[in-house]
Amino acid sequence: MSVFKDAGHLFRFAGLFVLAFIVFWAIRGYVVPKSFGQYGHYRGNAIGEIAARSVHFAGHDTCETCHTDVLDVKKNGKHAHVNCEACHGALAKHADDPASVTPPKLDTAVLCVRCHATTAAKPKGFPQVSAEEHSTGLPCETCHQPHSPAMVAGGAK
Amino acid sequence: MSGVEGFMYPNEIELHWSVLIVLYPYITGLVAGAFILASLERVFNVEAVKPTYRLALLTALSFLLVAPLPLQLHLGHPERSPEMYFTPHSTSAMAMFGYVYLWYLMAVLVFEIWLDYRRDIVLLSQKTKGMTRWIYTIMTLGSSNISKRSLHIDERVGWVVTLVGIPSAFLLHGYVGFIFGSIKANPWWSSPLMPVVFIFSAMVSGIAGVMVIYMATTKLRGRKIDMRCVDTIAMYLFYTFIIDFSLEMLDLIHRIYEADESFRSLDFMVHSKLFFSQIVLQIGLGTLVPLILLGLTQVAKLPELARKRIYSFAGALTLIGIFAMRWNVVIGGQLFSKSFLGYTTYKMSLVTKEGLIVAVGLTLLPLGILWVLVKLLPPWPEDHATQGAAAD
Amino acid sequence: MNISRRQMLILLPAAAVAWKSVLAGTPESSPNYKMSEHWWSMLIDISKCIGCGNCVRACQTENDVPDGYFRTWVERYHVSDENMTNPEVISPDGGKEGFPEAKEDGGKYFYVPKLCNQCADSPCTQVCPVGATFVTPDGAVLVDQTYCLGCAYCVQACPYGCRYIHPQKKVVDKCTLCYHRITKGLTTACCEACPTGARQLADLKNPNDPIHAFLKTHSVQVLKPQMATGAKVFYNDLDGSVR
Repeated sequence: MSVFKDAGHLFRFAGLFVLAFIVFWAIRGYVVPKSFGQYGHYRGNAIGEIAARSVHFAGHDTCETCHTDVLDVKKNGKHAHVNCEACHGALAKHADDPASVTPPKLDTAVLCVRCHATTAAKPKGFPQVSAEEHSTGLPCETCHQPHSPAMVAGGAK
Repeated sequence: MSGVEGFMYPNEIELHWSVLIVLYPYITGLVAGAFILASLERVFNVEAVKPTYRLALLTALSFLLVAPLPLQLHLGHPERSPEMYFTPHSTSAMAMFGYVYLWYLMAVLVFEIWLDYRRDIVLLSQKTKGMTRWIYTIMTLGSSNISKRSLHIDERVGWVVTLVGIPSAFLLHGYVGFIFGSIKANPWWSSPLMPVVFIFSAMVSGIAGVMVIYMATTKLRGRKIDMRCVDTIAMYLFYTFIIDFSLEMLDLIHRIYEADESFRSLDFMVHSKLFFSQIVLQIGLGTLVPLILLGLTQVAKLPELARKRIYSFAGALTLIGIFAMRWNVVIGGQLFSKSFLGYTTYKMSLVTKEGLIVAVGLTLLPLGILWVLVKLLPPWPEDHATQGAAAD
Repeated sequence: MNISRRQMLILLPAAAVAWKSVLAGTPESSPNYKMSEHWWSMLIDISKCIGCGNCVRACQTENDVPDGYFRTWVERYHVSDENMTNPEVISPDGGKEGFPEAKEDGGKYFYVPKLCNQCADSPCTQVCPVGATFVTPDGAVLVDQTYCLGCAYCVQACPYGCRYIHPQKKVVDKCTLCYHRITKGLTTACCEACPTGARQLADLKNPNDPIHAFLKTHSVQVLKPQMATGAKVFYNDLDGSVR
């Protein structure tokens, strides 16, 4: 018995530990998000929250539901596989509200060379031109329709 | 981008682990090392180092209290850090470190210090007045039992705690090494030797730290330095240092010999960006010079004054060298691109949250805490002698 | 181009219904999406990449990526015949505004778009101390930014340099594979904006996905296969010098 009496202070120290553990466990139960561990060691609801972020690019399917006329021009041309927003930019806002949000006017001088300027680094089969030599400064759309850029004079493919 | 040579992946240009993360293994290492020095007396019965036993424990505690601060300050969201305890990720070395830290702090260090000082605390709680009396009374946990038998029990339990404490100290700092050593993406870090090197360098820095602190405080108090004690500590420092240095060289030689895909890039880094901190500071001034000096005291019979000067000089150099080692691991590991095609630069800021001033403050803070602890719980051998006599 | 006609045009009813489900965005409003039915990946065809930087700009627009940080970026490699193992690589501002002109000089050039490899055995999620980053049941590596401490351990653990600390949010940020888009039946912003089809979102669990035919007939590789991360971004025509 006296061993326990003389070791009493140790039990007090141990008691502190137990108390701290109980407090910790109680706080833990309160603080840890409810969906934690739903799919793995993370907050399950985070997946839904991330999925719920809004989009900026509407996607070409959305564009094509209205702009069927452009699709008709595009579909047989060289740019058939180029999605609308690759050139026109992100336009989900326009798709939401086509009446009040209008797409910005595009500058072909910037836009066309972004892809088609000559450089040794591009894949060899990709059509490339040096703008000054090719058109002597004329705007690209003088000869090329961007939605189907093969030259009409040369016989559109 | 300024400070970039060659090619870095664009997100690599900025370093994410700053000087504070250098401090963290440094401080933790001092804790582990100081504790292992203390355990020499307790478990291995090295009587000579007894004058530093309590000082080593208090040093370990004051550094351990500061150890998580650099981590905390470095976090983008420090307020979320309790998540590490609430939802620790079992595969993360960092999460497990949190628990090892708590275990080491509460179950080992605080408990051992409490057991060792209990008699003093009870006596002080009866002798002192006012605020201090309150503090001591709380520290007794309401038990003033200092019968011979209870102190005997404390002695035995304390021995067991120290015994448990040694692997815990290894675990604590081994984990810090594992945090780096387990990152396969980073060839500068990824090495199974990393935890071992960290443990031995921790012992080196902790032993050197306690030796320097003991000599400085004894001098400041106008007492005589116990030469038998510092000679023994210096001997242990020397031998631990040899093991540490051998391990580091083993790692280096292994890397040079294997010369894997990362070698050319890392080799260039060591010869350029890390030349001063690695070759000059860590290996030259921080390792070879103290080793030679300490070796000299082992083979030659030097007068007391020369030994004292060598010990303080070698001790200080060792502390700088180990800091340089942590720097080279943490900062060095982020200076090269994981594409092995380029290098970036670390620019330490001065006044920001992770700047130089904060780093210096955090390095000095443990000394401040130690000062308070020493006031509260005097560790000096003259007091200790009477306590020891009563406990036996 | 009949602008006035188009401005007056209200969305066709069918399209309006489709778009509404995309807009509303909550998981409840995409009820047909089941995580267990997908296993997302991406296919990158290096022989098609022209280094225009469209993907980098689109990603920044779609995901509010801060300047100077990248969820996706494009590198240009220049490999000379003499020194295959030491390519010259550039990625000015992540390739966001394209690349400087390159001259023929004997070596070979190619572009390598990079993004999170959505690793199945991801070293980044392994080290997260709190479970703030994870692999979803449908194979995307995501970050719970309300739970992230900002310790940057995962940044260190990613072998590909795909993570960064968001300078304002102070939490880690990375490519989500446009999780908010792919769960609504859209493709990622980078794939949507890629003019040459060099990037293709792919669902490995969908038997009708063209990726299966592609993988059968092409030699594809992942980045740093020695890291054994279970990377799911597959590269066609990947040169051995790419790191």
